[in-house]
Amino acid sequence: MAVNVTGHRFLHNFRKYKFLLYQLVSRDIKTKYRKSVLGVFWSFLEPLLTMIVLTIIFSTLFKGFGVQNYPVYLLTGRLIYTFFSGGTTAAMQSIRGSAGILKTVYVPKYIYSLSAILSNFVTFLLSLVVLFLVMAATNAPFTMYIIFTSLPIIALLFFTIGVGLIVATINVFFRDLQHLYGVLMVLFMYLTPIFYPPSIVPASFRFIQDYNPIFAVIECCRSVFLYGEVYDPHLLIFALVSAAVAMIVGLLLFYKFQDKFILHV
Amino acid sequence: MENTVIKVENVKMKFNLSKERTDNLKEYVIKFLKRELHYEPFWALKGVSFEVNKGDKFGIIGLNGAGKSTLLKNIAGVMKPTEGKIWVKGSMVPLLEMGAGFDPDYTGRENIFLKGALLGYTRRFLEEKFDEIVEFSELEEFIDVPLKNYSSGMKARLAFSIATMVEPEILIVDEVLSVGDTKFQRKSREKMQSLLNEDATVLFVSHSTQQVKTICERAIWLHQGELIAEGSAEEVCDLYEKWVKEN
Repeated sequence: MAVNVTGHRFLHNFRKYKFLLYQLVSRDIKTKYRKSVLGVFWSFLEPLLTMIVLTIIFSTLFKGFGVQNYPVYLLTGRLIYTFFSGGTTAAMQSIRGSAGILKTVYVPKYIYSLSAILSNFVTFLLSLVVLFLVMAATNAPFTMYIIFTSLPIIALLFFTIGVGLIVATINVFFRDLQHLYGVLMVLFMYLTPIFYPPSIVPASFRFIQDYNPIFAVIECCRSVFLYGEVYDPHLLIFALVSAAVAMIVGLLLFYKFQDKFILHV
Repeated sequence: MENTVIKVENVKMKFNLSKERTDNLKEYVIKFLKRELHYEPFWALKGVSFEVNKGDKFGIIGLNGAGKSTLLKNIAGVMKPTEGKIWVKGSMVPLLEMGAGFDPDYTGRENIFLKGALLGYTRRFLEEKFDEIVEFSELEEFIDVPLKNYSSGMKARLAFSIATMVEPEILIVDEVLSVGDTKFQRKSREKMQSLLNEDATVLFVSHSTQQVKTICERAIWLHQGELIAEGSAEEVCDLYEKWVKEN
């Protein structure tokens, strides 16, 4: 079979480079914790310690805003936010970071961005174990509905991939983004009700929450983890649609400009 | 036609040369507003066409900046031509800057799998060839040591051993490679020789006509992005040598 190296070879590629994707993801995870005594255990310890610190601060300063089971409330929001922020940041740097190999061997470029996000996703899944432990310790309800949280989490993953592809593309051409992005993520963290309840925001600003796909995912998960109830399907649909839109925009942008990456990295 | 493994059809490659790179938003906006965003187009390849048959040892000669490396990168799929098309049939291994893609925090063992995956090898293939790669690189003692503790010679040996462990149908070589100390150099030269002797198709880039004459049967001569001559390696090299002397 002759391959037109100047054309698209998406499907052929995905099969061929599955092993590379696996290698890159496991490399990210392994090197992250190499040389640390506790190793991969930090995936559990880090969110747990952060949660404890924030719980102490907010439950003494603000009396936990009157939220029921503040540790679980906080941890749910924070884990989801951390994955989104960490995943997109890693994706943003992925193309630049693999400039050396990009210039010598043909590898589909989305593999770099995708692997950066997937390794963050593995860490996220591991840290869910901590959430379950905290839920058990605080007598939170364990219901069958927990299975349903996989849907908003899938939406979260695809939304993150979409946004990741967008910022990866932009960052190749404008390095400014990498300095700005940290600030944007802090802003985003405060706009999203992660450690405060949505109700403390004045009604005229609630639209920020309504149009925030990450918050929709957080809300879905909180319904289940905190109250043992199934979430509002509208929230899920909103999250899924946002994910689809982000994926479409991300893929279009990435594919339109990927051939020029090599001239700019 | 069924013998053709590489077909390059009217390939043109344009680079935008701007004196300073505009890679931050402020500069971009300022230049855009001042209408200073004009680039000088530079055609590294100006419509190159040729075909390589199965088993050919095909040489590409030319001065620095003639477009040889750009052409190779286009064939390897690293770059896409601005115009024109390239077809490649069969597995292809580019032996270009082999050190790229290693992770310094990874051990030699882990890097073999990482680098192998980057080159598109499967896990099973790498597991099969693992011992052979380690043996050839003579790094048995250091295989579980992180790469950042390797000497540059050791890294080069590992890179060479991984890249040449396949029997690719198409081999892309930028200058003849010899790495490591004298002893390893002889070994790597022999390995290259055996790769070249097999029925692999070889694309070989060099400015040494001597090497091209010994290795290749057919050759093309590129000058400033244009194909000047195509034919037997002997003829093309003689033409090129004559031209170089005259200029």
